[in-house]
Amino acid sequence: MSSLTKPRLWEKFFWPLIAAALLLALWYYSVVWTATKVFPSPLSVEKGIVELFHKHVLWADIADSLRRVAIGFGLAVIVGIPLGLSLGWYPSANQVVNPVIQLIRPISPIAWIPVAIIFFGVGDNAAIFLVFLGSIFPILVACISGVSSVPPIFRSAGRNFGLSTPQLLMRVIFPAALPQILIGARLALGIAWLVVVAGEMIAVDSGLGYLVIDSRNSGKRYDLVVAAMLMIGIIGLALDFCFRRLEKIKSVRWGFRDAS
Amino acid sequence: MSQTQVVVSGTKSAPKLRAEHLGVVYDRDGQSMPVLEDIDLDISDGEFICLVGPSGCGKSTLLNAMAGFLSPTSGSVTIDRETVTGPDPRRILVFQERGVFPWLTVEGNIGFGLSKLPRAERERRIAHYVKTVRLEGFENSYPSDLSGGMKQRLQVARALAVNPDILFLDEPFGALDSITRVIMRGELLRIWQAERRTILFVTHDIDEAVQLADRVVVLSSRPARIKEVLTIDIAHPRNISSPRYLELRDELLKQIGLAYEI
Repeated sequence: MSSLTKPRLWEKFFWPLIAAALLLALWYYSVVWTATKVFPSPLSVEKGIVELFHKHVLWADIADSLRRVAIGFGLAVIVGIPLGLSLGWYPSANQVVNPVIQLIRPISPIAWIPVAIIFFGVGDNAAIFLVFLGSIFPILVACISGVSSVPPIFRSAGRNFGLSTPQLLMRVIFPAALPQILIGARLALGIAWLVVVAGEMIAVDSGLGYLVIDSRNSGKRYDLVVAAMLMIGIIGLALDFCFRRLEKIKSVRWGFRDAS
Repeated sequence: MSQTQVVVSGTKSAPKLRAEHLGVVYDRDGQSMPVLEDIDLDISDGEFICLVGPSGCGKSTLLNAMAGFLSPTSGSVTIDRETVTGPDPRRILVFQERGVFPWLTVEGNIGFGLSKLPRAERERRIAHYVKTVRLEGFENSYPSDLSGGMKQRLQVARALAVNPDILFLDEPFGALDSITRVIMRGELLRIWQAERRTILFVTHDIDEAVQLADRVVVLSSRPARIKEVLTIDIAHPRNISSPRYLELRDELLKQIGLAYEI
C-alpha cells in the first residue's frame, strides 16, 4: 500500500485487531506450553473480570481511584496554573524558585509514599497528595514555558487596551498559553493515573492499585491481578481520550495546528 | 468657566500630536546605536500621515515611540499637550500580522477593549464595527478561519471599537498579496472618511503612501531624521494615473533615493 493512499476504514480496524489477536494467542499458548499454574490465561482473566464485576468491588475501587485522581489532579491544576503563570511572568521570581522545583521534580512520587503516610496517615489524603505531587510539575513547567512563548505582540495589544497586569495574565497570557498548558496537563493526568495505582498499593486499602496487591496477597489470585491491570489500562486510555477531546475546543484549536 | 474656554481655543490651533527633538538610541551588546535623531513633527487632528523610508531605518521605532511602547532617549512626544508615557486605549497600534487574538471569535476580538461598557452598548458597538469592516456573517468565526485581509480588517475594527483618537498602523497590509492590499487601502480610506480619526501609517510602499496620505513623512536611513514632508494635494478618490499623482510619486522615489527606471 502506498503511503499516499488513505487507509480504508476496514483497514483502520482490521490490522490493529489482528495485532491484538496475535498477542492474545501468544499469551494463551505461552500459558498452555509452559503449563504454568501461577500465571493466568486470557480466558481465566476474562472470568476474573466477570467475577470482579459480580462482586461489585470493582465499581467501588474504580470510583475510589478516579476520585483520588480527580481531587489530586484538580488541586494541581488549581494551584499549578496560577503559580506557573506568575512564575512565567516574573522571571526573577522564577529564578529564585526554579532550582527548588528542578530538585524536587525528578523525585518519583513513589519515593514520597513514606513521607505522605507521616503527613496524612494511611488513607485517602496520602494518595491524593501523591497524585498532586506527580501532576503539578508538568503543569508548572508547561505554564512557565507557555508564558515565555506568548508572542510579544499579544502582550503589547493587551497593554494597549489598558489591561492591568492581572487582567493581562487572565485575558491574554492564559488563553495564549492554554494550548501548551493543555499538553502539560494531559501529561500530568497520565502521570496522575500511574501514581494513584502505585500509591494505592501501599498507602490506602481501596482503589484499583489496592485491588491488584490485595488479589495477590489474599490467595495469589493472579487472574484477578491481571484483570485489574487490564482495567487500569482501559481507564487510563479512556482518560487520555477524553482529555484529547479538549484540544478540539475552538478557542484552543488554533494552537494545535501546524498552520496558523 | 473662562479657564476651560482658554484651553479649548488653545487646543484648536495646537497639533493633535507633537514630536519634539525626539531621539531613540538602542543599546546592542553594550554599543549604543542611534535609531532616531531629532525628529520634529506636528500632526493635526484627523490627518492621515504616512511614514516612509528605507527598510530598517526606524519607521516602526518612531511609531512605537509615539504610541508609548518605547520611551524616547531624548525629546518628547505630546498628544493633546499631554506627554506620552505609555500605551493608552485612546491610541491604538495595529500590527502587521498576527495581531488578532486567535482564541477569540470575531465578536470577541472586537469587544476585547469594551469589557467596561454595559452589555447593550458593547453589543451595539460590536455590531457597528462588524459592519464597518464588512465581516457580517463571520461574527462567530475564529481568526484561523479568516483570510489575511479579513484578519487585518478585524484588527482595525478591534482598534476602532474603543473609540481611539489616533490609530497607529505598522505596515498593516505588508503581509497581504498585492490585490488584497489595493482593496484594503480603499477600505481604510472609506473607514477613515466615515470615522475621522488621526492616522499614522508606516509603509515601505511608495504607491500606498501617495494613495492614502494627506502628508508623507520621508525618513532618512539610520539614524533616521526627517528628510522631507510631502503634502499630497490631490482630493480623494485619487486618480493614480493623473500627472500630479505621478509627479508626487516620482518626487517621493527621488527623496528615498531610488531611480524610477529599472
